[in-house]
Amino acid sequence: MQLFNELKTLGHKHIKADKKANERVPSGIWLACPKCHQSFYHKDLGLYQVCPNCEYGFRITARERLAWLVDKFDEEDAELKTSDPLKFPNYAQKLDKARQNTGLNDSVLTGTAQIAEQTFALGIMDPDFIMGSMGTVTGEKITRLFKRATRKNLPVVIFTASGGARMQEGIFSLMQMAKISQAVQEHSQAGLLYITVLTDPTTGGVTASFAMQGDLILAEPRALVGFAGKRVIEQTTHQKVPNELQDAETVLDHGFIDAIIPRKEMKEKLAWLLKLHNEGNGVNG
Amino acid sequence: MASFLEKKKTAAQIVANARGEEKVSAQELLAGVFDDFLELHGDRLSADDAAIIGGVAHFEGKPVTVILTNKGKSAQERLRTHFGCPEPAGYRKSLRLIKQAEKFKRPVVTFINTAGAYPGQSAEENGQGEAIARNLLEISSVKVPVIAVIYGEGGSGGALALACGDSVWMFENSMYSVLSPEGFAAILWKDSSRADEAAEVMQLTPEKLLQQKVIDGIIPESRSHKRLFRAVKKVLQQELEKYQKLSASALVEKRQQRFQRF
Repeated sequence: MQLFNELKTLGHKHIKADKKANERVPSGIWLACPKCHQSFYHKDLGLYQVCPNCEYGFRITARERLAWLVDKFDEEDAELKTSDPLKFPNYAQKLDKARQNTGLNDSVLTGTAQIAEQTFALGIMDPDFIMGSMGTVTGEKITRLFKRATRKNLPVVIFTASGGARMQEGIFSLMQMAKISQAVQEHSQAGLLYITVLTDPTTGGVTASFAMQGDLILAEPRALVGFAGKRVIEQTTHQKVPNELQDAETVLDHGFIDAIIPRKEMKEKLAWLLKLHNEGNGVNG
Repeated sequence: MASFLEKKKTAAQIVANARGEEKVSAQELLAGVFDDFLELHGDRLSADDAAIIGGVAHFEGKPVTVILTNKGKSAQERLRTHFGCPEPAGYRKSLRLIKQAEKFKRPVVTFINTAGAYPGQSAEENGQGEAIARNLLEISSVKVPVIAVIYGEGGSGGALALACGDSVWMFENSMYSVLSPEGFAAILWKDSSRADEAAEVMQLTPEKLLQQKVIDGIIPESRSHKRLFRAVKKVLQQELEKYQKLSASALVEKRQQRFQRF
């Protein structure tokens, strides 16, 4: 028992020493990958902000992604702002902060883009905008994106990142799932291509609507992809959930993702896929 | 449950009533509203989910497809249906039956009472998100009327997957929301005990939702099941007549307008 107590004291001393050491090292120099837990020097994140060990793509804003993804981009519907339909307490302040963090008025950036001379309609969700949650403006911008693409005969590419519905917009947030799905269906029935790229995290109402409606469903390595949150599952079923249950790799194994593509190859692969679908093969006219 | 028949109810009372023991069951609705019924099982892929009952029936002498979420009455049945929370196989079965109805040009009536899609490991592995997403996608262009009645809880995407048709009605003691009030309070205020307060803020009552045009009407409830079934029949008759008159393209067009306004 005495030995045990001594060990306990020793333990405490160690923790204190660690804390002090941490204070002397400026934060942000060493980073830890939230997936593989490897530590690495911050500059090793590189342009694409991926873990040098496991290729997990760190969460980045829509504008950061845009910077390396496209050759040309014309933003659309940038001015749309939510009417705060429930007049929800403290929501306005939350929106202000999110707008400052992301340079967006809501959680998705939309417009017409070009990669390697392929023109397409592009949507990028922003995990820094209230966790990429889907509000009325998110739904409206994505719906308009599909409608425009249908009119102009363009493929659509959407990078999803979302915690799910926007709680502060209640039932109106839920209605966006149906509204967007209609626009996706119209676009699909016109014979046009829709590619979704699932990034970390893609969950809830976004997974249960347009994220899973692509002709091609791609994902970034180790992105979290799921419907219900891990905590909710564990509380409901009283069972421990394996850590990798909602890793993109597991979801692919279960047959719900076409391919996992590392961030640094994304631009090239997208260009190739867009071009392939543009070529046609002449069979049956 | 004294508040079941009161005229003025708080949102929290409506939530309690929607979940209460007095609530009519899926089986009672089937027997009370339809002339006859044959249950059709399975999603033709892997399973048959007990949380969703589907099949063919006659309504006032005419063929319809009926789909209901089922909470079950006995403890055993409740475990089997996860208290009325469908698995992906349930949504796939419902979509199969809706496409079948489209082929044979008969309308679809859905009855919804679910806290939401089942959040479980197997549900994740079998693509819960994909199953709901496909329902939303396909039902948006189905060429027969799809009339939905929320008769207890209408929880989130799991309810919407069966309520994305032409017309949505709610029982007087029912709720429809993006999340349970408990979940809502837990996420926003980190305190699930503030559920009553959340219910108020969320505007999940039939009256509020009718004002916002999220739903098309409210069906009054009564302790007499006979009277309740009469009210349900009246609404179904009126809605089926209204939507069956439309051409397929006008029907789909109108359905799209219904959701585009949000």
